Amino acid sequence: MDAQTIIARRIAQELRSGMLVNLGVGIPTLVANYVPAGMQIYFQSENGLIGTGPIPEQGMGHATLTDAAGQPVTALPGASTFDSAMSFGLIRGGHLDMTVLGGLQVDEQGRLANWMIPGKMVPGMGGAMDLVAGAKRVVVAMQHTAKGKPKIIKRCSLPLTSTRRVDLVVTELAVISFAEGRPTLLETAPGVSVNDVLTSTEASLVVPDHVPSMHL
Amino acid sequence: MKPIPLKDAVAMIPDGASLMIGGFMGVGTPGRVIDELLRQGKRGLTVIGNDTARPGIGIGKLISAKAVRKAVVSHIGLNPETQQQMLAGETEVDLVPQGTLIERIRAGGYGLGGILTPTGVGTVVEEGKQRLTVDGRDYLVETALRADFALVNCSLADYMGNLAYALTARNFNPVIAMATDTVIVEANHIVPVGVIPPDQVVTPAPLVDYLITND
Repeated sequence: MDAQTIIARRIAQELRSGMLVNLGVGIPTLVANYVPAGMQIYFQSENGLIGTGPIPEQGMGHATLTDAAGQPVTALPGASTFDSAMSFGLIRGGHLDMTVLGGLQVDEQGRLANWMIPGKMVPGMGGAMDLVAGAKRVVVAMQHTAKGKPKIIKRCSLPLTSTRRVDLVVTELAVISFAEGRPTLLETAPGVSVNDVLTSTEASLVVPDHVPSMHL
Repeated sequence: MKPIPLKDAVAMIPDGASLMIGGFMGVGTPGRVIDELLRQGKRGLTVIGNDTARPGIGIGKLISAKAVRKAVVSHIGLNPETQQQMLAGETEVDLVPQGTLIERIRAGGYGLGGILTPTGVGTVVEEGKQRLTVDGRDYLVETALRADFALVNCSLADYMGNLAYALTARNFNPVIAMATDTVIVEANHIVPVGVIPPDQVVTPAPLVDYLITND
């Protein structure tokens, strides 16, 4: 199983029936592929859609039914559309149960940096700052390291997305919770030891006596 | 509401005007108006919108033509030309969190001086702004935005100027239609009065100044 699949499958286990969920671009989008059978999840697309469905078959897309990248999507039965003010009212107003976002860095205080690398990549924050500030639960989906360097570090060196503490970070090596304030190692990926995680992590992790393996 | 041919509508827009333009990655952007702005060679525009789409699409066309002096947007990540022009100092880009941007526009149209939002507290977005604490929670003061012209795209416009929108093409359109001195509408379909039932009208006719006629 590749890194992205491990991350997406594990995050899908955080879904609960009836949730309103916003998925960011990249790995987070893959979470929609692993919704447990029979579970009703409302996926929000911040351009103004609840009930986002899969990509339509070739030639079956509609010019005014799109995702946040402007690409054709489908709408599931029960879908609804609205303007951008309502869309971000849903996000900031405490109506969004969970957001899953990519990450460049997460620090020991659970602060996320995911929107720019000064001088290199300045895409704009889009909806990321609102999502982190407003969602009831913030889950970060990212690879554990970048070019061999830890991404879970003492203190973010990149510009922060928000000072709000994220709730959960899921990587191809580990599940790390910030629920108690300090990063706590909840699970390791199959075949990955606690020591493997610690050597790939700069932040100090709280390691319970027993750290189970992810059930994928 | 006054019906107006496309070229006359765009001729009203001077070089250097500030424009709020509807659309999200080009979806719900008035494409005929964009093309006419280019044909008439407008320059020095300030564009307020969600994003600069992609090269060759929607607002992206204005960027490629270097018709934009300043862009106030939330996202330019899918348009490398905007990023290049920004880094080269050719185009000023003011990046605003998406939810803050739409609320600043809403405030501009709803008679408010601004809004308080938790988004951006403690980040670079806070620089130069006032922070207020209300009931123990910190907020940034974000000021209202207005512009000279709103360039709105809708699905249906009736002969009086009532507007309805399709699916995800709604996005910024009904909000910008409240926040400018002059509202110019490009409708996908112009229909008789009554085709849009009163409870399906999203933008009421008195807000619309000009409806671009079919060619």
